[in-house]
Amino acid sequence: MATEFHTLQEMQHSASLATKVFIQRDYSEGTVCKFQTKFPSELDSRVERTLFEDTVKTLNNFYAEAEKIGGQSYLEGCMACATAYVIFLCMETRYEKVLKKISRYILEQNEKIYAPRGLLITDPIERGMRVIEISIFEDRSSSGSSSGSSSTSSSSGR
Amino acid sequence: MSAVMVTRKVTRKWEKLPGKNTFCCDGRVMMARQKGVFYLTLFLILGTCSLFFAFECPYLAVHLSPAIPVFAILLFLFVIAMLLRTSFSDPGVLPRALPDEATFIEMEIEAANGNVPTGQRPPPRIRNVQINGQIVKLKYCYTCKIFRPPRASHCSICDNCVDRFDHHCPWVGNCVGKRNYRYFYLFTLSLSLLTIYIFTFDIVHVVLRSVDSGFVLVCFFTLWSVVGLTGFHTYLISLNQTTNEDIKGSWSGKNRVQNPYSHRNFGKNCCEVLCGPVYPSVLNQRELLQEEAAGPAAPAAPETSAGAGGPESSTTKTTAPLIPNEHTPEDARPSIAAPPARSSSPGEEKPPAPQDPASSSSSSSPSRETDPAQAKEKTQ
Repeated sequence: MATEFHTLQEMQHSASLATKVFIQRDYSEGTVCKFQTKFPSELDSRVERTLFEDTVKTLNNFYAEAEKIGGQSYLEGCMACATAYVIFLCMETRYEKVLKKISRYILEQNEKIYAPRGLLITDPIERGMRVIEISIFEDRSSSGSSSGSSSTSSSSGR
Repeated sequence: MSAVMVTRKVTRKWEKLPGKNTFCCDGRVMMARQKGVFYLTLFLILGTCSLFFAFECPYLAVHLSPAIPVFAILLFLFVIAMLLRTSFSDPGVLPRALPDEATFIEMEIEAANGNVPTGQRPPPRIRNVQINGQIVKLKYCYTCKIFRPPRASHCSICDNCVDRFDHHCPWVGNCVGKRNYRYFYLFTLSLSLLTIYIFTFDIVHVVLRSVDSGFVLVCFFTLWSVVGLTGFHTYLISLNQTTNEDIKGSWSGKNRVQNPYSHRNFGKNCCEVLCGPVYPSVLNQRELLQEEAAGPAAPAAPETSAGAGGPESSTTKTTAPLIPNEHTPEDARPSIAAPPARSSSPGEEKPPAPQDPASSSSSSSPSRETDPAQAKEKTQ
């Protein structure tokens, strides 16, 4: 029953959005950006648990690296303060550099793992760092809808 | 392809953002709607410093040292830079939930609440999380349709949820939150230093030349209010608390409740707040949105400036699901035909207007908190 998609573009043209799953933030360690690694039931038949958990754990590690308070962040903060933060007009902050790495990682994960399984991960920064949105697609060309993924009352189109 | 001529209008995301902020310079500058007091702040600082540079610096430079006005100018420039940085930057606004996310949260809430008998008020929307061994309640924001992250609060003046919300400061014309708190603190600190500096050299000038001391009196009163405010925020930083939490008494120690965010170390708390990472804005206010002005042809594909975007187009002003909130009258609740009531009540928009302390309203209005905050900040 698994729908096969070879590229993201192919998926977006031939598939229709069935539902979305939202992975919430994990606040057990405070306000640092960390997402729950609990495997949602909607993805049970779509992707292996270990792959999903690896993705979320890697993302959590990236965010931890970005928000780490250590020597480098102090140096950056002090230097910026000394220049009245004008330096940020020309320099990219460490957080922004890590966010770019995260974007590249998510793109790579989508292409390698999630798109072939009819899923798409949205970068959390586009949802205000609140959730990881995973869109579940169904192949438009298949006759019946897949099991269990179209139970939501509002399956909004694009 | 349709034969109809399709005109594309290019807009940026800030033009479509909900909330009561004003944007300038094509989305680069973000402020609150009422800017009058901010202009007053600018006028007071610029006015006082111009008088100092015009009337006292020439004498001091000649008779004492030219380094005195030079240092004053550097300090003055730093003050202005920090003020503008605080006023113009995004304080850490949390974007509102898009319809899919809002529906998903609704479903989770309904599943958690179970069946509520008709006529009974549904339980308040609260999520309990454990942070460093402490139970913290996350409230649901009916305006933004999200469960607010810890330390976030909804500013009724700007009509946004702000992360690590400190207070809405009319003097800088913006909210003070996660992203601009350090600039706000450096602004008050440097302004204190500048005021003390000007005050000191005023006295020196008065003593050396026996001139009129009226100016000194003005400086004296300004000094106490600004220094007092700086002292208050230094105290908050050392405890890793926000003004909002301090006023509400969230971590006052009753019921053995302690601040779970504090590192219990003055140095660590200060370093986290002042030297922590610089958080980027998640609003993405300058994102390009392409809209179709006419024609049914190709669907609008937004050009995102950040990575592989989602398939949504410019629908930030969403028609969110019709959810009864605390403010809808009881008889209107079952009726889904009623439009969602806005949670801001009249009178919340005017910061100086005194308000009765609100009950447990999830969109807690900090405008009542700006009154004591104002009294603490400046007593001019």
